Amino acid sequence: MAHSAVPIVPRWPGAAAAALVLLLTFGTLGAVAWRAEWAGGLAAADWAAIRFTVLQAFLSAAISVILAIPVARALARRRFFGRDLLITLLGAPFLLPVIVAVFGLLAVFGRNGVFNGLMEWLGLGPVSIFGLQGVLLANVFFNLPLAIRLILQGWLSIPAERFRLVATLNAPVGRLLEWPMLRSVVPATFLVIFLICLTSFAVALTMGGGPRATTVELAIYQAVRFEFDLGKAALLAGVQFALCVSAAILAMRITSEAPSGRGLDRTVQRWDKARVSVDSLWIIAAALFLLVPLAMVVLRGLPGLMDMPVSIWAAALRSVLVAIGAATLCVAMALALAVRGGFLVAVIGVLPLAASGLVVGTGAFLIVFPYIRPADVALLVTLLVNATLALPFALRAIAPAAAQVREDYGRLGASLGMSGWSWLRLVVLPRMRRPLGFAAGLAAALSMGDLGVVTLFAGQLEETLPLAMYRLMGAYRMETAASAALLLLGLSLALFWICDRWGRGNADF
Amino acid sequence: MKNTTYLPAAAGLVLGATGALAEAPVLQVLTYDSFVSEWGPGPAVEAAFEAECACDLQFVGAGDGAALLARLQLEGPRTDADIVLGLDTNLTAAARETGLFAPHGVDVDFDLPIAWTDTEFLPFDWGYFAFVGNAGERQATSLRNLANSDISIVIQDPRSSTPGLGLLMWIEAAYGDEAADLWSDLADNIVTVTPGWSEAYGMFLEGEADAVLSYTTSPAYHLIAEEDDSKVAWAFAEGHYMQVEVAGKVAGTAHPELADQFMAFMVSDAFQSVIPTTNWMYPAVTPAAGLPAGFETLIVPEASLLLAPQDAAARREMALDEWRTALSR
Repeated sequence: MAHSAVPIVPRWPGAAAAALVLLLTFGTLGAVAWRAEWAGGLAAADWAAIRFTVLQAFLSAAISVILAIPVARALARRRFFGRDLLITLLGAPFLLPVIVAVFGLLAVFGRNGVFNGLMEWLGLGPVSIFGLQGVLLANVFFNLPLAIRLILQGWLSIPAERFRLVATLNAPVGRLLEWPMLRSVVPATFLVIFLICLTSFAVALTMGGGPRATTVELAIYQAVRFEFDLGKAALLAGVQFALCVSAAILAMRITSEAPSGRGLDRTVQRWDKARVSVDSLWIIAAALFLLVPLAMVVLRGLPGLMDMPVSIWAAALRSVLVAIGAATLCVAMALALAVRGGFLVAVIGVLPLAASGLVVGTGAFLIVFPYIRPADVALLVTLLVNATLALPFALRAIAPAAAQVREDYGRLGASLGMSGWSWLRLVVLPRMRRPLGFAAGLAAALSMGDLGVVTLFAGQLEETLPLAMYRLMGAYRMETAASAALLLLGLSLALFWICDRWGRGNADF
Repeated sequence: MKNTTYLPAAAGLVLGATGALAEAPVLQVLTYDSFVSEWGPGPAVEAAFEAECACDLQFVGAGDGAALLARLQLEGPRTDADIVLGLDTNLTAAARETGLFAPHGVDVDFDLPIAWTDTEFLPFDWGYFAFVGNAGERQATSLRNLANSDISIVIQDPRSSTPGLGLLMWIEAAYGDEAADLWSDLADNIVTVTPGWSEAYGMFLEGEADAVLSYTTSPAYHLIAEEDDSKVAWAFAEGHYMQVEVAGKVAGTAHPELADQFMAFMVSDAFQSVIPTTNWMYPAVTPAAGLPAGFETLIVPEASLLLAPQDAAARREMALDEWRTALSR
C-alpha cells in the first residue's frame, strides 16, 4: 500500500477503535453463543424471515438511492433562501426513533391522514399504508435523508476548478464529472442503507401488517425472549453478519475510485443549470414527503409541551450528556480509523450496522453482569454502544476526505518531515472540518434517539429521553409521550445543527 | 451490595451514580418497566414498604413481562434479585423450570375469578384481555362475530408482546382445534401487528383501527385519569382470557425474612390499593376501601378463561405456527 508516502501516524488509536468495534459486535455475539445450549438449526419460518429481510432491505435501499440522486443534484446546483435550513431539516427523519416517525407517517398516510383525505377528495378510495408498501414507505422516509446527504457530499466534493474546466471545453458535465463521482459514492450509500434496513425490527413489524413481514431481528427477539434459545439467536445474528459482509464486499467491488485532483476549495460555480423547474420539482417533492410527517410530530407534541413532568427534563439532560460523549468518542474513533485507511478498516466500519441490537445488548449484559450491577453502567454502556453504532456513518463521512488528504498532501507532508500530531493538526483537521462536524452531529443525534441497549440496563435513575417517552406510552399517556417526542426531535436537530454548523465554519456556503 | 467504585470516575458521576445509601439492607425487586415508571405502582409501593421495613427497596426494570423472564434466565443463579415481580401465567412454567424460586409462603383469600393453588408464584393483580373500541360505534359480540365482520383491529405480536401472547392463548382456550380457522377468518380484520402494546394502543387512539387488543380495565384509565368516557371494552360471548400477574421469591436471596415481609406486604391494602389506578388492573385482594369509583362501569365477562401454566407453555409453539400460517396467507 502507498502508506510509505504518508507521515507517520501512531497505530494505537486505530487499533483501540477497531478493538471496541470487534468487542461490541463479535464479542457480544460470542458471549451469547458461549451461554447458549445448542438445540437445532434454523426452521422454515426463519428462512422465510431471512428472505423477506433481504427483499425489503434491497428494495428500500434501491428506492432511497434512486430518489436521492436527482434531489441531491438539485440541491448541489441551486442556491436559494433557506437552503441550509432545508438541508438540515431534510436530515431529520433519519434521526428519529422509529416509533416517533411511525406516528408522524400515520398522521399523513394513515386511515385518517392528510393523504387519504386528499384521495377521498379526488374521489379515490382510501389507501392502506400497511404491508410491504408501508415497510418501504417507512424505510425510504428514514433513509432518503441519509442518501441525499451522502450523495450531496459527493457532489460538493467535486472542485470548482473542474466545473470551470469542463464548462470552458463545453464538455458534458454529467459524463465527465458526475458519473464518476456517482460511481464512487452510490454503491457505498446503497450498502449503508441496505444494512440499516437489514437489521430493522420495529419498522417492518409495525408497518408490515403481520407475520408476512417478519424480519431476522424479530426472529432473534422471539428466540431470546420467549424461547430463551440463545443458540438460535446467535445463529441468526451470525446470518446477519454474513449477509453484511457479502454485501460489503459486493459494494466495494463495484465501487470505483473517484478521480483525484485538488482544487483551491473555491465555491462551485455552475454553468449548466438550465432546468430550474425540474430541480425545483424534486426539491419540493422531497421536502413535502419528508417534512409534512415531521410537522405532524410537532403538531401532536405542542399542546402538552409545557405540562411535561420534571422527570422528562432530567431524562433529556441525561440523553444530551450521553449524546455528547458518544459523538466525541465516535468522531475520535472514526478519525483514528480513517487516517489509517485500508480494506480492514472499511469492513470494521460497516460491521456495527449488521449487528443485532438485541444480541449486542444481551451479550454486553452477559459480559458485564458477573462483575458490575448493570444499572450502574447503563449510561456508560449506552454511550459506548451508541458511539459504535454511529461509527459507520461517521466513517462514511470522514474516510473519503481523509483518503483525499492523504493522497493529495501525503507526499508533501512526508517531504516536509511532518509527523503525527502536527500532520493531524496542520493538514488533516482543517481540511476535514466539514465531514467531522457532520459526523459529530449525526452521531450525537443518533445517540439521542436510540432506544437500544438502555432498555436492558437502565433502572429508574438511568432513564434516557427515548426510554422515558416509551414508558409514558406504556402508561397510557400518549399525549405527554407525543410532547416528549417533540422535545426529542428538537434536541436531536439542535445537536446536529450545532455540530454541522461548526463543521461548515464561515468559509463557504 | 455492589457499589459504584467499579465505575470509571468520569463516566459515572452525574450519569449513573446510585449513591451509597446508609447501611439499611437492600431488597431488590426485578420487575417490568411500566411498574417502575413514575406512572406505575413503583413509587407508591416503595414509599409504603420502606415506611415499615427499615430497608431500602430497589426496583430494577427490565422491559415487559417476557423481557423480565429472559433477564432472569440470563442472570441465572447469580442474580442479585430477591423478588421477581410481573410474570404472568403464560410465562410461569418457564420461570419454574429455572429452579430459582422458593415457595411464597403466603396464605390469603384471593379475589380472583379462579381458584389459585400455585405455591411458588403469588398473584398481585389480574385483568381480562378485551378489545377496546369507541363508544357509540359498531361493536363485536364475540371472537367469531368479530372474525366474520369487517371491523378493523390492531393486535400485538405474540412473539414480542405479552398481550399478543394473551390473545393467542385466548383463541386457543376458546377454540382449541378450531383456533386456526378462527385466525384465518380474523386475518382480514387485522390492520397490523405491532411489536408491543404501546404502539397498538397509540394507533387505535390515532384512529388507525376500530378497536385494539387491550384490557377490560383500559376504559377505566380514560374515565378516571382523563374524565373521558368514550372508550369501551367489548364483552365477548366465548368469555375472556385472563392475565394473572405474579411475583416469586428468589430461593437464593440474601435477605429471606425481608423478602417474606415483602411478599406478605404485596397482598396487603397498602400495596393492593395502589394497583387499580397505576397498573390499571384488578387487585388480587380487594382492599377494604373497595375499588376506585369508575371501576363499577367496566364490563364483567360471563366466563373467565385461563390455561394452566404447563398447558400454556405446551401449546404455545403449535399455536404460534397456526397463527403465522393463517396470517401469512
